[in-house]
Amino acid sequence: MLETENLAVHFGGHAAVDGVTCRFEPGTLTSIVGPNGAGKTTYFNLVSGQLAATEGRVLLDGNDVTALGAARRSRLGFGRAFQLTNLFPNLSVLENVRLAVQVRHGRPLDLFSRVRSHRELTERAMAHLESVALGARAQAAAAALPHGDQRKLEVAILLALEPKIFMFDEPTAGMSIDEVPTILDIIAAIKRRGDRTILLVEHKMDVVRQLSDRIVVLHQGKLVADGPPAEIIRSDIVREAYLGGASA
Amino acid sequence: MLRTLLSDDLPRSRWLAAALLAIVIGLALAPFLFPGAKSLNVAAKICVFVVLAASFDLLLGYSGIVSFAHTMFFGIGAYGVAIALTRLGSGWDAVAMGTVAGLASAIALAAVIGLFSLRLRTIFFAMITLAVASAFAILASQLSDVTGGEDGLNFRLPAILRASMSFADTPLFGVRLNGRLLDYYLVYIVSLVLVLVLLRIVNSPFGSVLKAMRENPFRAEAIGYRAVVYRTAASCIAAAFAALAGALMALWSSQTNPDTVLSFDIMIDILLMVVIGGMGTVYGAAIGAVLLVISQNYLQDLLLVANKAFAGVPLLPDLFHPDRWLLWLGIAFILCVYFFPTGIVGRLRSD
Repeated sequence: MLETENLAVHFGGHAAVDGVTCRFEPGTLTSIVGPNGAGKTTYFNLVSGQLAATEGRVLLDGNDVTALGAARRSRLGFGRAFQLTNLFPNLSVLENVRLAVQVRHGRPLDLFSRVRSHRELTERAMAHLESVALGARAQAAAAALPHGDQRKLEVAILLALEPKIFMFDEPTAGMSIDEVPTILDIIAAIKRRGDRTILLVEHKMDVVRQLSDRIVVLHQGKLVADGPPAEIIRSDIVREAYLGGASA
Repeated sequence: MLRTLLSDDLPRSRWLAAALLAIVIGLALAPFLFPGAKSLNVAAKICVFVVLAASFDLLLGYSGIVSFAHTMFFGIGAYGVAIALTRLGSGWDAVAMGTVAGLASAIALAAVIGLFSLRLRTIFFAMITLAVASAFAILASQLSDVTGGEDGLNFRLPAILRASMSFADTPLFGVRLNGRLLDYYLVYIVSLVLVLVLLRIVNSPFGSVLKAMRENPFRAEAIGYRAVVYRTAASCIAAAFAALAGALMALWSSQTNPDTVLSFDIMIDILLMVVIGGMGTVYGAAIGAVLLVISQNYLQDLLLVANKAFAGVPLLPDLFHPDRWLLWLGIAFILCVYFFPTGIVGRLRSD
């Protein structure tokens, strides 16, 4: 289980995330919504360790991970797909995923064996690529992929990390309509496994409604609403947060 | 077999394969193909610099680390062997102790520099290595009781490596089979093995993490690789190989002084070798080292030929005067970098 306690970060005098206390149970998908600048991505950065919190704590299964950096948190089970595509551009698509597989299964400080001799790592990486329909592009450079495929590769890297906590930051942003279902199917499949915690930041309300067990609303860095989708989407507070002018 | 030896990193270009084969065979037969003290010296220097440049490429090309302290580690290795042979007599035990001491100091120093400063941005790290390397060079010339100061150290090699050691009364193909020849093959074989080990390292799981760090350090950290750990490890490995290259240099030249193993000129040479050959390819470092060492040693001779050929023609003899060799070397490098921005190996592989 993932918990944040009174989590906050201040930039100068401004609190981008302001005292967010929230629990996320395994087997559930929680969408985090809110207008631009509400602090959704910043909250993600605090949880996965890209950013150090000014106040509060992040707990994974009861253990305080607040002091750990992103690399340590990733190895403990935090997995993050980024909003802006964030790959190893000149390495092959396969290598991008293989590097993530290696974190879980490989011996990354192994100096004297050949990469290709670790066939099981390559096979796992290929399997993750197949699951996002990128198997045919395995040898291409990541930078050579079209935008939609880069988003899929981003998801394949996340899958390869086999995290306990999946964090998707607008996974379908910039994708063409016909590519979106691939990503949604993957997220639904992770959810069906029943033991993973999924956090989703998404603007497309139909996607949110379709996938979420629960919706958390952030506004000006504060948690302003938390509940089942049907209730939250109807509530005044969301409407006000999205339409602006709310001082919740 | 060859795949395993080259760690799956095949040349992937017919011309590159041919060039590499020519280098390996040419250096193996150098004492017989190019007899004479000077050419043997050039051949041994090429072997040492291939290792030195390839290990620098592990930093610059594979890990994206800019360090100006690589010569310092070369010097540490050379002085390790030199001091041991000077103080402990000319036995193999002294060679072994000197090599191990040099290796250990190089790795320890690289670890300290790495842990303290590899968190910094590239340029600041480069500045720190520059400062440490300068300080070390000054220290080496000041501590003359230990290092022999500016004059350096002249020492005797183990008897079996000396020119006075003769293995056969009759020369083979006109070459005397003496300790000097054995010394050359020692340098050649150790260098070859070191380069193959480096090739293995860059193609290992560890090597792929280094490339990932170079490409996108932020993402590498996000998927679970701690940058400072891997970068420091890469620095230590590169320092170890540089120190071994230095030890080989000392074992070949039987003298060590700041000019030949610590000067900043060597640092620039290594940088040129890597850039001209092609960053991020061990093969490129090898080709760069061959080209640079050969042109440093033979360009003057070539210019002298041109100078004589143009005798009587106005202006041209002056232009091709042997003293102008650095000018021509400079022009050649500018053209090289301009036309092959990815280096010679990058160009050959892109065909």
